[in-house]
Amino acid sequence: MEGTTADMEKMKHSSTESAPKELFVLAQQKEDTSEKISGPSRTFFQDARRTFFKNKFAVLSVILLIIIIIMSFVGPTMNDHGIDDQDLARAKMPARVPVLENLPIPGFEGVLRDEFKGSNVEEATNNAYSRYDNQKDFIDIEVLSEGDGSKNSAEVRATYRVYEAKGMEDEYFWLGTDSLGRDQWTRLWEGTKVSLLIAFIAALISLVIGVAYGGIAGYYGGKVDDVLMRILEVLVGIPSLVVILLMMLVLDPGITSIVIALTITGWTGMARIVRGEVMKLKNQEFVLAARTLGQSNKRIIIKHLLPNISGIIIINTMFTIPDAIFFEAFLSFIGLGITPPQASLGTLINTGFDNIMLYPYMLWFPAIMISVIMIAFNLIGDGLRDAFDPKMHK
Amino acid sequence: MVRYVLRRVVYMLITLFIIATLSFFLMKMLPGSPLNAEDKLSEEQKQIVLEKYGLNDPVPVQYVNYLAGLVKGDLGISFAFSNTPVTDILMDRIGPSAQLGAQALVVGTILGVLLGLIAAVFHNGFLDYTSTIIAVIGTSIPNFVFAGILQYFFASELQWFPVALWGDFKHTVLPTMALMIFPMATAARFVRTEMVEVMGSNYIKTARAKGIGEVGIVFKHGLRNALIPLITVIGPMAVSLMTGSMVIEQIFAIPGIGEQFVNSVIMNDYPTIMGTTLLFAALFVAIILIIDLLYGLIDPRIRIGGNNS
Amino acid sequence: MSKLLEVKDLRVSFHTYNGEVQAVRGVNFHVNKGETLAIVGESGSGKSVTTSAIMGLLPKPQAEIKSGQILFEGEDLVKKSNKEMQKIRGADISMVFQDPMTSLNPTMKVGNQIMEGLIKHQGMSRTEARKKAVELLDQVGIPHPEVRINQYPHQFSGGMRQRVVIAIALACNPKLLIADEPTTALDVTIQAQILELMKDIQKQTESAIIFITHDLGVVANVADRVAVMYAGKIVEMGTVDDIFYDPRHPYTWGLLGSMPTLDSEEEELYAIPGSPPDMLNPPKGDAFAPRNKFALEIDLVKEPPMFQISDTHYAATWLLHEHAPKIEPPASVKKRMEGFAKTGGKA
Repeated sequence: MEGTTADMEKMKHSSTESAPKELFVLAQQKEDTSEKISGPSRTFFQDARRTFFKNKFAVLSVILLIIIIIMSFVGPTMNDHGIDDQDLARAKMPARVPVLENLPIPGFEGVLRDEFKGSNVEEATNNAYSRYDNQKDFIDIEVLSEGDGSKNSAEVRATYRVYEAKGMEDEYFWLGTDSLGRDQWTRLWEGTKVSLLIAFIAALISLVIGVAYGGIAGYYGGKVDDVLMRILEVLVGIPSLVVILLMMLVLDPGITSIVIALTITGWTGMARIVRGEVMKLKNQEFVLAARTLGQSNKRIIIKHLLPNISGIIIINTMFTIPDAIFFEAFLSFIGLGITPPQASLGTLINTGFDNIMLYPYMLWFPAIMISVIMIAFNLIGDGLRDAFDPKMHK
Repeated sequence: MVRYVLRRVVYMLITLFIIATLSFFLMKMLPGSPLNAEDKLSEEQKQIVLEKYGLNDPVPVQYVNYLAGLVKGDLGISFAFSNTPVTDILMDRIGPSAQLGAQALVVGTILGVLLGLIAAVFHNGFLDYTSTIIAVIGTSIPNFVFAGILQYFFASELQWFPVALWGDFKHTVLPTMALMIFPMATAARFVRTEMVEVMGSNYIKTARAKGIGEVGIVFKHGLRNALIPLITVIGPMAVSLMTGSMVIEQIFAIPGIGEQFVNSVIMNDYPTIMGTTLLFAALFVAIILIIDLLYGLIDPRIRIGGNNS
Repeated sequence: MSKLLEVKDLRVSFHTYNGEVQAVRGVNFHVNKGETLAIVGESGSGKSVTTSAIMGLLPKPQAEIKSGQILFEGEDLVKKSNKEMQKIRGADISMVFQDPMTSLNPTMKVGNQIMEGLIKHQGMSRTEARKKAVELLDQVGIPHPEVRINQYPHQFSGGMRQRVVIAIALACNPKLLIADEPTTALDVTIQAQILELMKDIQKQTESAIIFITHDLGVVANVADRVAVMYAGKIVEMGTVDDIFYDPRHPYTWGLLGSMPTLDSEEEELYAIPGSPPDMLNPPKGDAFAPRNKFALEIDLVKEPPMFQISDTHYAATWLLHEHAPKIEPPASVKKRMEGFAKTGGKA
């Protein structure tokens, strides 16, 4: 213990040296600063908005989606080609974009290119010619390996300048044409518009039904809730895939039927979540306070409950939309959805697959489009979920 | 516990019943019959065919026969392949689909758990970042897009694997890869979220305070608790496998149930369509039931009810 | 009486998005073999951070020990690697946490959770560990230990679970047991049982205990010595008698005064106004000054050093300076002090 006493003594001396006597009087009680709040006060939505915008991926996704949505309306009008102008003479043209065609970026040069094998260079070259309409003058051959007479030892790369061969040096199909000669650029944006439209409408209607159903069940509770939930449980038990397939078999193919099918199966998720949230909120004190002050049920629902569940509704919708887009594409892919000549992302991908070997670009463009859209919605949904979670507010 | 099981089984039966009824009446609404327009049959012969299929009976009778048939496993006779019971058609094709589905589910889940584990342990680090990106891409991009990419690059361009068809193990590689991406990504996302939450809980603190090493904590204490709820994600995975099978079997020309379904649609072979749909429905409902029961068994908190003595 | 644990000038900060939060700002204390030191303070005073630092369980990379030493049996724990600390944790120093409902692994049998430490630290076989685990459960007062050893945590009540946690902590006969508010989450009657249990066990094992609490009633019950913490520093330290009969720091007066007692008929409770300061920007001078009725001008300018009152009793308040005016504790506090003296012991 002695050591400590000495330390203590030392401490006392060193500090008391600089302790002037005048300061040893009772302090005037200044305003009590201990209750002051040190940070700026913000509302919940301001915090949520801040957190969302800090998420670079989510913001990027929003921007991308807005661009895509705008383009889906504007895009088809940007060139003179129509949605369904068929012309077999111009079928299966590769993508060609002015300016880009002169840059060493593959894919937009307006040529078809592939490797061909043979036992010698001549045989390989002949294979190339026969694939590309025998237009020898417009095919450039590059020898990759000479070969030695054995099977497939020689390889050449052939570049077919299709536009020149068909006398279309002045025409540009920015994303190429399909097997019927239709402009892909126009069809892509049309298809995107159709797919997005279906998805948004279906999601919106699901939202309204789901919120109403779940809200009523959650708010009124008791018998009402019991009955509504029993029905819901059975409905949820039926796989939505099955219902959608059955519906599409019966209804005439088209946008309306898909929307109906998607809506019938899409509202259940929202209903469940909304009910859960409403039940949680219903028992919190601010609702009790509102009731004590005599507000009507309707007012309580609108003014107090809705703003608090709006977050979760928005988030859920962000995830419902990609589900709808997927189902539409899937249905069109297996032939139960949109039918040609109408364009949707699903039909475009379907046709794309038919040509994947020789003209893969017909698949890539719609595939990239749908991928970007789905990823964007998922990222936004994730970002919103984080933004509305108070634990994530920094 | 027993009451719980019974209740779930009853719900399952009700659901199946509703689906069957729905299918029956929808089928009645659809045009199409075993009579093909090309067949030059006399009126008499047509009547014989209709009798054989029981299509002349009043609807309620047909309905009862239908249900009775279902219980016995009889799904009717195909319109397109006359005289072939739908059940036979399906049985023939169930092999490839089952193999594909099982491979995709098992491999996908294992890889997904690993991915999620790595992401959680290296929380907020580079590995977490990459793993999360993979998971987002995997759950967003539809599996037919993946199938296309795989088919183009690995089969067509690089020629490492066959482009399509079924036979050897090598035929199963690309389709399995395409099919397993969604289960893998879903598992990864889920495990990551669960692990991060579990690792922040108080009993992990206690384990650390006991002096247990990090490896022991992650695997013995952490993973064990994080994996139990993983079963609940199998539902969405199963849906993805079913929709996936239709698409991917088409793309890779695999003689499975999915491909059969798509062909039936094109041919308007309604009994087969209905039969396949019912099969999918029954499978899905059964999976959900199994998941519910399994969860009750694995989680000791449910298996051994709490008795705070 | 040898020093088992000595903490010297410990400073711990947390790096947050908003800046550096100074959680512990220069803490000095020691614990002797076999004694119980109580650390008292409000939430945010730094008590838990201090004990986490001792155990080497501070969350990295957010937390940083900026300076100081933690000497356990002469060795500085701050300098030890995580692997070395793993050997010490659970064996030489163990910890009991606050919330028994979440402190146990819900999917692992209780027996296995006890045996884990035994197998790791003492190299026992499973059979040996099992036997010891049953003994431990018996020791902490759990009936039918051979049966309950195979049960899961959710099959135990809150109080029972805390006993299990204590059993785990005691398994390897630790020299020092740190109890971080072990009874706060329990009912008052259970609380009393657990405290009795801990005192009994201490008698048997002679381990030292650091007992963190914000409840002075508990302190009176279990502690030999007391350290009062505020805003990351110790403001008063002494034996239990020192603190209860002769408190010198205005914060300690506040704590004592705000304890309701059965015979305070008239006055309001002397409640300390305001809330603890923001440790992001610690105030200049004495951190307690804004809430201190008896603050001196110098409190607003310069932090008070530790003044010695006796061999065992220290307080960090300018009121003990020779130039300071003579201030008496407020009436309600004095009453309580007299009350303690009359009952001849703890409150």
